[in-house]
Amino acid sequence: MFKLIQDTLISQVVTLWNVFRHLFVKADTVEYPDQQPYMFPRWRGRIILSRDPDGEERCVACNLCAVACPVDCIALQKAETDDGRWYPEFFRINFSRCIMCGFCEEACPTHAIQLTPDFEMAEYKRQDMVWEKEDLLISGTGKYHDYNFYRVAGLAIAGKDKGEALNEDKPVDVRSLLP
Amino acid sequence: MEIGSGLTIGLILGTVIGVAAMLIWVERRLLGLWQERLGPNRVGPLGLFQVVADMIKIFTKEDWTPPFADKFSFVLAPAIIMTVVLLSFAVIPFAPNIGIVDSNIGILFVLAMASIGAYSVMLGGLSSDNKYALLGSLRAAAQMVSYEVFMGISLLGVVALSGSFDLREIVHAQEDMWFVVPQFIGFVIFLIAGVAESHRLPFDIPEAEQEICAGYHTEYSGMKFGMFFVGEYLGLVLVSSLITVLFFGGWMGPAFLPPVVWFALKSGVFICFFILLRAAIPRPRYDQLMSYGWLFLLPLSLLNLLVTGALILMN
Repeated sequence: MFKLIQDTLISQVVTLWNVFRHLFVKADTVEYPDQQPYMFPRWRGRIILSRDPDGEERCVACNLCAVACPVDCIALQKAETDDGRWYPEFFRINFSRCIMCGFCEEACPTHAIQLTPDFEMAEYKRQDMVWEKEDLLISGTGKYHDYNFYRVAGLAIAGKDKGEALNEDKPVDVRSLLP
Repeated sequence: MEIGSGLTIGLILGTVIGVAAMLIWVERRLLGLWQERLGPNRVGPLGLFQVVADMIKIFTKEDWTPPFADKFSFVLAPAIIMTVVLLSFAVIPFAPNIGIVDSNIGILFVLAMASIGAYSVMLGGLSSDNKYALLGSLRAAAQMVSYEVFMGISLLGVVALSGSFDLREIVHAQEDMWFVVPQFIGFVIFLIAGVAESHRLPFDIPEAEQEICAGYHTEYSGMKFGMFFVGEYLGLVLVSSLITVLFFGGWMGPAFLPPVVWFALKSGVFICFFILLRAAIPRPRYDQLMSYGWLFLLPLSLLNLLVTGALILMN
């Protein structure tokens, strides 16, 4: 008899009271469009292409991001300027495929491709999810402010020969090493 | 205002249906509060126009009758529940001068209407020709035979104390003391039966969304579904007002508020309590409800009646 009363009455009343107490607890809801959540700086969101401090494109069209991408959402074509710099002729990211894994950013040798905390990328048309280079390029340097690939790389371009890069030794003249 | 005048009838009808519609919003907001959410707050101030949006949606939805359904009873079922619940409001005394009918068989009328309401649920499930709907109406029948009995008997204590079936007389009989004090067991039993009567959680066994889709109204859409829906909320309002009238002194209260406001406040508390029940208590199996009803609540209500009668005779 006691157990019946315990099960049918007392435990129910206790439950009612416990639920009623939630009236005085603040709601957990974040009212999203009105109340923006704090996005962490390293959040993996929309992908951008950054520029170096001189304002040139950082991307050297090495294709490593496209290779690293597990869903194959990156497509690009290499081209070369007259002074010997490589750049992508087109650079296309299909955001309807992208899973925001950040592998492209890890693979990128020049800090060109970077993920940003922006996640609001909904579109009405599927085709609008495909972003071209013009859409992806930003005017700033992204997360790495001082890095300039051609200034530190050993690659020779017009106006900068081998050995003239930052922290780079002069090329060894192999003939001078002869005994 | 005058009892039974056309104006009163219209006002009561409009208020009751309006309140039932507003309950959609009230319930969702309250459930939100109790579950640490916000509930609908987008449409209009505090989300109040959610009701309007829901109404527009439900009126413009395709009202589809399945080709395999039994057309006549399929259409009849939602009409029955709306009709009987609205008819039950006819005998409720809202205030000394507000009411539709002063019937000397008020309680019997309400109980009879509640029993007819069970047909709506059973017919709706049967005529849908759908397994879930059939299971729902099966459960509704099982639930009805278990709660209707002790629902009637739990009220007999009130009837014995006041010596009348007339709800207005019953309110007048509570001038010295609300019947909840001498009839506390009757009150608890009627509360439980009322939840079962209005098919709400924890006794929404015929609907049981998580188990059998939507139970008896699985096949209903558009306004026919809307009528079941509003009928359920109307039933909630009805049970709350009945509890107020039978156990909590109806419109009576300190004079600084008009009687009808007291009535609304008391009913509102019970409506909120029913919503709290929904937020807190899990649903039993229907055999559990049946054994609980027949083996525990029915003997208890009979005992309550017996003791009440003995006490009345002793005085």
